[in-house]
Amino acid sequence: MSRITVNEERCKGCLLCTTVCPAQIIVQSARINQHGYKVAEVPADKQASCTGCASCATICPDVAIQVWRSKKPKSAKKTAA
Amino acid sequence: MAGKDRLFVKGNEAVALGALAAGCKCFFGYPITPQNDIPEFMSKALVEAGGAFVQAESEVAASNMLLGAGAAGVRAMTSSSSPGLSLKQEAISYMAGSEIPAVIVNMSRGGPGLGDIGPSQGDYFQSTRGGGHGDYRLFVLAPSGAQEAYDMTYEAFDLAFAFRNPVLILGDAIVGQMKEPITPRPPRKDDPAEGLDWRLEGFEKGSRKNRIIKSLFLNDGELAGQNKHLQAKYETWKKLVRAESFDTDDAELVVVAFGSIGRIAKNAVRNLRAKGKKVGLFRPKTLYPFPAAQLERLAKAGKRFLTIEHNLGQMVEDVRLSVRKYGDSDLFCVYPGNMPSPDDFEAPILKALGRK
Amino acid sequence: MSNAAKNMSADEELVFSRPDSLIDRATHYCPGCHHGVAHRMVAELLDEMDLARNTLAVSSIGCSVFLYNYVDVDTVEAPHGRAPAVATGVKRGRPDKFVFAYQGDGDLASIGMAEIIHAANRGERISIVFVNNTVYGMTGGQMAPTTLIGQKTTTCPGGRCKDREGAPIRMAELLSGLGGVAFSARGSLDSVKNIRQAKKYMRQAFEVQTKGLGFGFVELLSACPTNWHMNPLAANARIAAEMIPYFPLGVYKDVAADGTCGSLAGGEK
Repeated sequence: MSRITVNEERCKGCLLCTTVCPAQIIVQSARINQHGYKVAEVPADKQASCTGCASCATICPDVAIQVWRSKKPKSAKKTAA
Repeated sequence: MAGKDRLFVKGNEAVALGALAAGCKCFFGYPITPQNDIPEFMSKALVEAGGAFVQAESEVAASNMLLGAGAAGVRAMTSSSSPGLSLKQEAISYMAGSEIPAVIVNMSRGGPGLGDIGPSQGDYFQSTRGGGHGDYRLFVLAPSGAQEAYDMTYEAFDLAFAFRNPVLILGDAIVGQMKEPITPRPPRKDDPAEGLDWRLEGFEKGSRKNRIIKSLFLNDGELAGQNKHLQAKYETWKKLVRAESFDTDDAELVVVAFGSIGRIAKNAVRNLRAKGKKVGLFRPKTLYPFPAAQLERLAKAGKRFLTIEHNLGQMVEDVRLSVRKYGDSDLFCVYPGNMPSPDDFEAPILKALGRK
Repeated sequence: MSNAAKNMSADEELVFSRPDSLIDRATHYCPGCHHGVAHRMVAELLDEMDLARNTLAVSSIGCSVFLYNYVDVDTVEAPHGRAPAVATGVKRGRPDKFVFAYQGDGDLASIGMAEIIHAANRGERISIVFVNNTVYGMTGGQMAPTTLIGQKTTTCPGGRCKDREGAPIRMAELLSGLGGVAFSARGSLDSVKNIRQAKKYMRQAFEVQTKGLGFGFVELLSACPTNWHMNPLAANARIAAEMIPYFPLGVYKDVAADGTCGSLAGGEK
């Protein structure tokens, strides 16, 4: 299962990630981090829809997102970010 | 190679030769009278020696190229004349604040503004009082002829790297254009890259932190700390002062003059000594650090002073500061735009001598 | 990567994380500022091209003066506008190193116009990353040479007027006309597709240095939400809506592709 993690202390709440997710599962959360930003998140009930495309991480200016992609059963292709 | 036979060269060429012998690897310059012999010479000789020559788009650009090469720990030089030195001041301030070694040559001409293409000493303030913004100092050497132009340029590189500071050679159109024999030194042999643990050079990830050569210190107290460090560095220069004392032991009046004027004044002093006058010459060779202690000793011994300079009164302020506990200094100015000769100095010297 | 090791399960792989050459710390850049993306791109390429250990960088004056706190390479800070000259000095002194400078639009296209043109014209073997956000960011949003006609800034409050202030300058095009330039291109950081294309352009701008072909230049259209008085999403949208029409994306010069690269000794036009 593919998934992302958001480093909530690095997220500046710019929400650019929310605009590029093809599954549209990233949203602004209600949580405010130490710097006063409302951070982005993938709600638990939406996580299954993540395809691991890394669009969110690509557009994130703060390198706040890490992306895990589920390996295909036969070939484990490594993809450069 | 071991010391060659004497060469008959212009002061400008002597500067270039001294730089080459000291291991100068890069030269960045721009045409301006009266120093064009320097870039022209370097455009051939430095390239033949495997170095890099760039005629930059401006003196601004040349001084910034110097900053870059210095940050990489490379022996590099630029030369110009007074208006070009005005352009270089920002980069010089940055080099001083960032502790980047560099050699800068000013063959000064008359000013202010476009001025003329003849000699003057009107850049003394610019050279010793910073010139650019902030509380920094340059190590300033003032040659009076071709041999000193060679030797001082040669030594300037070692000074620049020993102190991680820009070093300025302050000559003028006379020093640059006069032609006389010089004795060259053997070229510097040891690896100039040694001991440069501050320079930019790249590193294996994780082996160390990245080196940052900068002059920006924004955090509370940081800039103060940097300035304290710089001032402490300049204090260590005091023991490196140099000056020539000629016939000062029994002199009643000491003429104080630097550079080409010092040499012309020496002739005036000789001529007057031949007439029985008790005069001498004190010629600072380092303008910063200024030989204040030596002047003070002469003042304490009861001598009086006449500062002669090719400007409207700049070094005289340092002379007056040096002797203030015991006396003052008279001043005779050669106006930029006029060409001095030893005869011109006789009357002023006698007048100062006669004043009790 | 230790976090990754902790979290990874056997049937997944980490496909996106911080490049080694990007120091693990928060940046001072505003939310939605594209400096973060550009820095990351630089770091990724330095790692992918195995250049990091030999890189000497030149930072410039503007918000990105702090490049040296984020990209893990030896760096010298240049006076305003002079980074191409400083980079020239670094590269002429150490031709064996990879040298790049990173500049904003005030630094490069205003005070530094002479330095960028002449370094480019000489064909200095350096690479320039040019972040164009149509304003002076660090100093609070003044007009830049790339400010668009009608765009309001603190020094053209009525909007840039062509008669009074002249038209915005297109740097990628301007530099492409100079003989020493081996690669000049403009990319944008406003979308995933554009980011990926921009990274290819940046790679080419780096490659012309490593191959000794000449001067490499990549312009990156970016947002400045704070000084545009927009939120990050609206600012990002402005890039496609207003900037790309005036600053078209694409390659303006590529000697490797158009077969004009001659010998280093003077065969180039």
